[in-house]
Amino acid sequence: MRHILSILIENEAGALSRVVGLFSARGYNIDSLTVSTTEDATLSRMTIVTHGSDDVIEQITKQLNKLIEVVKVIDLNESDHVERELMLIKVRATGKDRDEMKRMSDIFRGRILDVTEKTYTIELTGESAKLDAFIGSVDRTLILETVRTGASGIGRGERILKV
Amino acid sequence: MSGAEILVRSLQEEGVEYVFGYPGGAVLEIYDAIFKQDQFKHVLVRHEQAAVHAADGYSRSSRKVGVALVTSGPGATNAVTGIATAYLDSIPMVVISGQVPTAAIGLDAFQEVDMVGITRPCVKHNILVKDVRDLASSIKKAFFIATTGRPGPVVVDIAKDVTQAKTTFAYPQTMSMRSYNPPSKGHPGQIKKAVNLLGEARRPVLYVGGGAVLANASEQVRELARMTGAPVVNTLMGLGAFPGDDRQNLGMLGMHGLYEANMATQNCDVLVAIGARFDDRVISVPQHFLSTPKKIIHIDIDPSSIAKRVKVDIPIVGNVRDVLDEMIGLMKQTGVMPPAEPLAAWWRQIEEWRRHDCLKFEWSDEVIKPQYVVQKLYEITKGDAFVTSDVGQHQMFAAQYYKFKKPRQWINSGGLGTMGFGLPSAMGVQLANPYDTVACITGEASIQMCIQELSTCKQYHIPLKIINLNNRYLGMVRQWQEFFYGNRYSESYMDALPDFVRLAEAYGHVGIRVEKPGDVEGALREAMSLKDRLVFLDFITDQKENVFPMVQNGKGLNQMDLPAHMRELQLGQASKERDYGHLC
Repeated sequence: MRHILSILIENEAGALSRVVGLFSARGYNIDSLTVSTTEDATLSRMTIVTHGSDDVIEQITKQLNKLIEVVKVIDLNESDHVERELMLIKVRATGKDRDEMKRMSDIFRGRILDVTEKTYTIELTGESAKLDAFIGSVDRTLILETVRTGASGIGRGERILKV
Repeated sequence: MSGAEILVRSLQEEGVEYVFGYPGGAVLEIYDAIFKQDQFKHVLVRHEQAAVHAADGYSRSSRKVGVALVTSGPGATNAVTGIATAYLDSIPMVVISGQVPTAAIGLDAFQEVDMVGITRPCVKHNILVKDVRDLASSIKKAFFIATTGRPGPVVVDIAKDVTQAKTTFAYPQTMSMRSYNPPSKGHPGQIKKAVNLLGEARRPVLYVGGGAVLANASEQVRELARMTGAPVVNTLMGLGAFPGDDRQNLGMLGMHGLYEANMATQNCDVLVAIGARFDDRVISVPQHFLSTPKKIIHIDIDPSSIAKRVKVDIPIVGNVRDVLDEMIGLMKQTGVMPPAEPLAAWWRQIEEWRRHDCLKFEWSDEVIKPQYVVQKLYEITKGDAFVTSDVGQHQMFAAQYYKFKKPRQWINSGGLGTMGFGLPSAMGVQLANPYDTVACITGEASIQMCIQELSTCKQYHIPLKIINLNNRYLGMVRQWQEFFYGNRYSESYMDALPDFVRLAEAYGHVGIRVEKPGDVEGALREAMSLKDRLVFLDFITDQKENVFPMVQNGKGLNQMDLPAHMRELQLGQASKERDYGHLC
């Protein structure tokens, strides 16, 4: 099952590699990982999308908690949360495809950030599945380049991950 | 004060008594500062792996922190095996490594290696110090992390220019970290549940591991055993946590565990795991282990050890010593105890298993049996010696035939299984316990992995007793080749062995070769009488002796390969198990 883990970690050199090393050393999967500092510059926040049985996720959480720099770990799946991913996608946009691309972008609430004679670069945000759906909806041969951030997640309402 | 001086002062603040190490370019400043002080002693080993093992043995036998000091690059990489050994056995240790100057880091400088990167998977934590102002607090942090919670090795990698830079010295007196808060007390609700479950147990077993030794919980284990009347089984790492000669002790369990210990563990109804982690060498595969229904109470300081291999009914996260105190207190207060009648029946069954005497071995007038050597060593040292071992058949014979009375008396590489551990760790043990007998039980293959330390022993007058069980084979490898590879002894024969007696003599020690069973006792007595000398006893043992009982990979604890005198049991074992239900 897919899980989305949110981790508060000391903003120190090498902290990220400890987390990544833990996953590779123990044979866990990382589907995506996003990381950046928080409003408190001494803390970073990571969102890791992973998958595995409940036992595996429990072990991952425990092992993450064991890392000295990890302050807190929560599994966002355990309750309501919102998640978003950003994708930049460059598509060929010529002839009749040019209008079609504009329409598709509008339908998915994308924004065209860059326009050339032959291409559009579209910004899309949403749940990862929505971004997948966009890729699935346009003609594959027209996709020139994609770049995705991986999911970021946050608990709904009063559920807050803080020190 | 220079960084090097700050480091030395910090180690003094921590009460460090011995530092095991080897100098080199990146740590010369530190060695100069060591030269100018006389509060702690430095022991010059012959290989960095030995420095770490010696610090490890020192720590295991003394309850203190082991400290090793190595230089950058090859010095650091040589230390990695020792660090991984300490990590898998949760030994509190601080390893200081030199690093190239900060300006050279990342430029493939001479003797540069990313020590923090290389050791990351096998340390509790590691720190690279690039600013002298961080040095004292980094050392404090290293000792704090190494000794609290589940202990473990911490590496502090110090850039050379940091040891030369100057700042004022201020050693932090306390340390607190928002991201690191190890638990101690167990959850009261869980403890209550555990006591209640134990009160219903008809066939209880206390399963005691290395965590009980590390937490100094031996007294508590004894008291719980006395109060409940439950049998105790020990893991390899837990030997000595409960007296080996006690009637309630069924001995070691697991792959080479005793018949009674394995059968009791497999057939119990309530298992109390105390600082033990259901390792594969202990319970084999979980499916077999759980095939006989049992409730499990698991006490461990490390939450990630709980429910890692088996599902647990009552997990209790906390310091084993504190949790046991709380359990014992509650049992006294409530008078909840396992009922006497079923417990007596359980013991009758256990005594029946025990009567088979699974450690009985065939005596020979011709050739020395390795078991006999260990047995005699136990008798002659009255069970009081510290015993270190390497890894292999001799290690299992030592664990089976030496009855350890006290915790921290048995020093061995359980988790990583490091050949070469025995001799250097024994050096650390002897330095920590100068008036005790320290025996290193080893084999001709293992001893050769760190044999250069005979030189260190000479330099520091370390009077070890080395018991070399020399069967001219990688014994455990040979045993597996016999069991699983059709007797194809691929590369397990040790040809061209050195003359160990002359080798010991070349290093300035006493060497004795023993070839006849009748000479074993005399040789051991002679070795023990030479209190101020290292004695290397080379016992030429039976080449074909194997370790029994044995649980093959993938089998259950009740499906052991048994020694010859018990073989008929193997056939009857299945039916015996079916009958078993009537007994309790």
